Parts: sequence; structure tokens; C-alpha cells
Amino acid sequence: MKRGATESIVARTLSDIPLESHYGTPAPGEFPYTRGIHPAMYRGKLWTMRQFSGFATPEETNRRYRYLLEQGQTGLSVAFDLPTLMGCDPGDDMALGEVGKCGVSIASLADMEALFEQIPLDRVSVSMTINSPAPVIFAMYLAVAEKQGVRYEQLNGTLQNDILKEYIAQKEFLYPPRPSMRLVTDVIEFATRHVPKYNPISISGYHIREAGSTAVQELAFTLRDGIEYVEWALERGLSVDGFAPRLSFFFNAHNDFFEEIAKYRAARRMWAHIMRGRFNAWDERSWKLRFHAQTAGCSLTWQQPYNNLVRTALQALAAVMGGTQSLHTNSLDEAYALPSEQAVTLALRTQQIIAAESGVPAVADPLGGSHLVEALTDEVENRAQDYIRRIDEMGGMIPAIERNFPQSEIAEASYRYQRSVEEQERVIVGVNRFVQEDEGHIEILQIDQQAEQAQIGKLRRLRETRSSERVEQALAALRKAAESGENTMPHILDAVRAYATTGEICRALAQVFGTWQERSAL
Amino acid sequence: MDPKIRVLVAKPGLDGHDRGAKIIARALRDAGMEVIYTGLRQTPEMIVNAALQEDVQVIGLSILSGAHGAIVPRVMELLREKKMDDVLVVVGGIIPDDDAVELKNLGVAAVFQPGAALDEIVRFVRRAVGTAA
Repeated sequence: MKRGATESIVARTLSDIPLESHYGTPAPGEFPYTRGIHPAMYRGKLWTMRQFSGFATPEETNRRYRYLLEQGQTGLSVAFDLPTLMGCDPGDDMALGEVGKCGVSIASLADMEALFEQIPLDRVSVSMTINSPAPVIFAMYLAVAEKQGVRYEQLNGTLQNDILKEYIAQKEFLYPPRPSMRLVTDVIEFATRHVPKYNPISISGYHIREAGSTAVQELAFTLRDGIEYVEWALERGLSVDGFAPRLSFFFNAHNDFFEEIAKYRAARRMWAHIMRGRFNAWDERSWKLRFHAQTAGCSLTWQQPYNNLVRTALQALAAVMGGTQSLHTNSLDEAYALPSEQAVTLALRTQQIIAAESGVPAVADPLGGSHLVEALTDEVENRAQDYIRRIDEMGGMIPAIERNFPQSEIAEASYRYQRSVEEQERVIVGVNRFVQEDEGHIEILQIDQQAEQAQIGKLRRLRETRSSERVEQALAALRKAAESGENTMPHILDAVRAYATTGEICRALAQVFGTWQERSAL
Repeated sequence: MDPKIRVLVAKPGLDGHDRGAKIIARALRDAGMEVIYTGLRQTPEMIVNAALQEDVQVIGLSILSGAHGAIVPRVMELLREKKMDDVLVVVGGIIPDDDAVELKNLGVAAVFQPGAALDEIVRFVRRAVGTAA
């Protein structure tokens, strides 16, 4: 497997001026890590280039993954379709028209086996964007590792498993908040004990930002979600330094270049103080906020789509200058559809150019000490602190969500932003300024309409061949565990190994936990 | 004074991305219309029933997941069955040009793609309802 642009970084400018690994004090790698979590940053390890991808059937997505790995991508990131994200199966009423559309359809262990065919899970780290059904999908991944002869301890990657931001922003929830939090904690507990190198949660601001929040709100709600998860894991009896080093974060990389960099710097500083001050963590790995970044999907325009390449490059540069550990760059055609192979290659090349040609990764926190960036870092932190204080006063994130607090703050910010665009106070090139008629067409990826039928057929055949008695027994045991408060993960694993479907397992849990409808606030 | 235009803003399908639906709902309300927002994950049946109950003149469907080809024809069919052909249907979201033409052939009054201005949408609804009345 080629490793692309991960070779060592040249520590000299093009004029041959030698470069230090950082300039000024305090040094990166020192508490509270405003300047980065490693002293040498990208000289030690470049960020992971991790393109989020998945579409149609697992077989087709597997081909895309193997292509991306050949092109020098260094980790995988699985995008699931909406039926999988919502815990239903191909052929269910609610799944009509959605199978394989926005991601890959994973209805059972058989699909997961096809997804990772010829991809060695001990060598390729895998990130999975799944939330309400996260325990089910994680169990399927573990079961594939078993079949590949890979031990749990060798597995690397990240499970999103962040339910709070679903209630706040992305709205893919199945159960009420409290049982959902219990499932999240089941996964964290199980992973802490058995899959020690895997990140069992990615506490995500990305979707909060995409829903229209400001950078300050993104930061504040994400860190407050993080506090909630820590409290639940402590309540479960885990020791803070036992699990906190494996908490990971996920932020947006949006247009406002300096504010984004300030946001990442403030995030590290705030989390270090929260973990040491609020939770008395002693292990310095617990203090260090590690994050993945993705450029802002909502900033991509339908008009003049090639402009999106430039937007993405600037956003990616902000994420790198802000010290991200891994990065997804959006493709220029994503305001239209899932990306074509050509577009996703260009997006990956954008990262490779920043890594290999720009010289930026040679020096950690290159903007540290800038009057502007330091002042913005402080101000973003102050304003985010203020939100965290208000949510603390409400009794935590769950009561805040129940009274629609973060949801309405975001809706308000998003409406304000849209108004400022309408009034041309904010310019979007190609949309409200420098508009062009006859832009010409770009080629977009067409999702094979056969995918839905293929997945339905596969599931029918699976139901004929598996032992339905074994499935029933496993689901009954799972329901019992869910009622008792025992960790559900071992039972979900049993159900998955018996080829119970994503929908069947999620429905079994819904029989115990109930479902959830939000109170929609305009 | 004219009675307020009544609009149902609906979010069909599994997708939870409601940023657009909420902004449109608010813009129409700020423009003086009576807006009912259904919330998430509405089936075509639920949407048409809500439109009937609320006696709206306009249904706005927000779809970003690519499922419009399955959902919109069903909504149009139900409206015909219930003799609600006079209700104006507009669709907003990620709808490729070719699909937009197909939706209009089904009787959709307008398709608003990404980047459409709020004022343009408000003007369209006012004009179209005005002509129908």
C-alpha cells in the first residue's frame, strides 16, 4: 500500500533558511496545549488524510475504498445511508427511495464483510459515522475483525457515537436521550475494556456548525457535550484516566480563516482545563484534545462549483494551521451529489499539496503569538465559557436539549446569517456577487437505482439461510440486558454474529427504550 | 385586508437536515404568512393529512437526501385522490436540473435549488397564490 505524502517534512524554506519546529513560548505540547498537543506536531506525524465515503452497495463502496487507499489515502471513513443511520432495513416503508443514496447500506454482518473485503483491519484505521445504531455497527465491525483473525487490541479508528449532537443538530435519533446516553456509555465502557486503541466516541461540532451555528456555539455545545459524556462514564464506575485519553473530537473547518484557527486553539485550552480542573484527571493524555476536521459542506455552492475547490483549500489550510490530527476535504461537486471519483481525487490532492508543497506543516502553531489570533482565541474562549456556564445552570446538556436551548440558539444564528447573505452584507462569490449566466454543467455521480433492489434481495436471501432461532434467542437476550441495565454490547455482538439485521436489533432496543420525537421549534 | 396565506412546510423522508426548512418557514412567516412546520420524518400520507387539517394553500417540501423521486410523486398522487389539486406544491433542496423538470411535469409549481434567494421564494408564493385565488 502506498502511503502518499506522509514522508518526512523538509525543515528548510525554498531559500534554504532552516526552520525550527516551533517559534516562541510556551512551546506546543505543554499544558494547556493551546499551541498543539505534540511538541513537534506534523514533523512527528502528519495528519491522517481521511476522506469520508460510502454509497450504494457494500461491494461498490469496497471498490472505492481500495481505490482511495491506492491513491495514498491513509485511513478510511465510512458514510452510511439514511436507513442504516436510522436503524431500519432495506425494504422497510421508511427506507423507500433512500437505500444507498447518501452512503452505503449496511443491513447485516454480511454487508460489513463485503465492505472490508481485502482490507486488513489491523493495518487500516476505520472511522465510522454512525450514532443511534452505533453499538450495532461497531459490533459488526468487531465481528469482521474476528473473521479476519484480527485481535480487538489491534484495531484502530473512531466511532462517532455522539448522540447529543443528534438531538441538537443532525436529528438522527431513535430513542429518548437518557437510554441513548446509556448505549453511548455501554460502548465507551466496552471499548475501554476490550478495544483499547479504538476511539469509542467522536464528540462532534461539525453537524452543529452545518446546522447553522456560529464558531463559538459549535465550540461551546461540543465541549459541553463532552462534559456530559465524561459524567456518564464516571457514573458508570470508569476511572477518568481509564477512558478520557480515547475521547476524540470532530470540528468543522469553515470560511472565516482566523476565527477557525482561534476556535481549535481555544478548544484545546478549554478541554485541558476542564479535564484537569473539573474532573481531576491526572494522566496528561486525558488533557489533550485530539480532533478530526472536515471542511464545511454548507459553504459549498451549487453555482460555479469549481469555486468550491478554492474554498475547500482555504478551509483545509485553517484546519492544518490549527493543528488537526486528521482531515477530510470536501469535493467540489458535493452541493449536487455524492462526489465523483475525479472530484474526490482532487479533494485528496488538495491535502497532499498542503502537506508536501506549502511548507506549512514544518512549524507547529505558525500563527501563535499573532496579536489577532491570540486575541481571537481568548474571545472565542470567553464566549464559549459563557454558554457552558448557562448550560451548567440548566442542569446539563440533556435538560438544555429538552428545553430546546441549543436548537433555538442555532436556528437563530442560521437565520441571521441567511438574512445577512440576502442583504448582501455577507458576500458569497457566484451566488450573491459575481454571478454568471450559463455556467455549464459538471458531471455528477449517479447512484445506481439497482442498489435498493440488490440490498432488498440480499436481505431476503439472508433471512432464508440464517438460523432464525439463533436470531430470536440473541434478540431476546438483548432485550433482557437492555431492561436490566447490564452492558448491551456483548449481547449486540451475539445478535450480529447470528446475522440479525440492523433494523431488527434497533427495533429490539426500541421495544425496551421507546422512541423519541422532537418538539419542533421554529 | 387579504387573509393570510397559509403554508405547510414539511420535511419528508429520513433526513434530519432541517436548516433549510426552518429558514424558509421563518422567512415566509416574517413575510406575513401563516406557517405550519410539520417537524421531521413525515410520510406523504401525514403531510397530505396535515395540509387538509390545516386548510393550507401551499405545501413546501424540503428534501436534501435524493429521495425526491420516490416521495414527491406519492404526495401529488394523494393530493389528487383527496381532490386537493388546488393546493400549490413547491419543492426545495438538492434537486438536479433533470429531476426538477420531471417534478414540474408531475404538477409541482416550482423547484428551488441551493442558493435560491428567500425573497424570490416569498414573491413566487405570493404571486402563485394570488393568481390561483
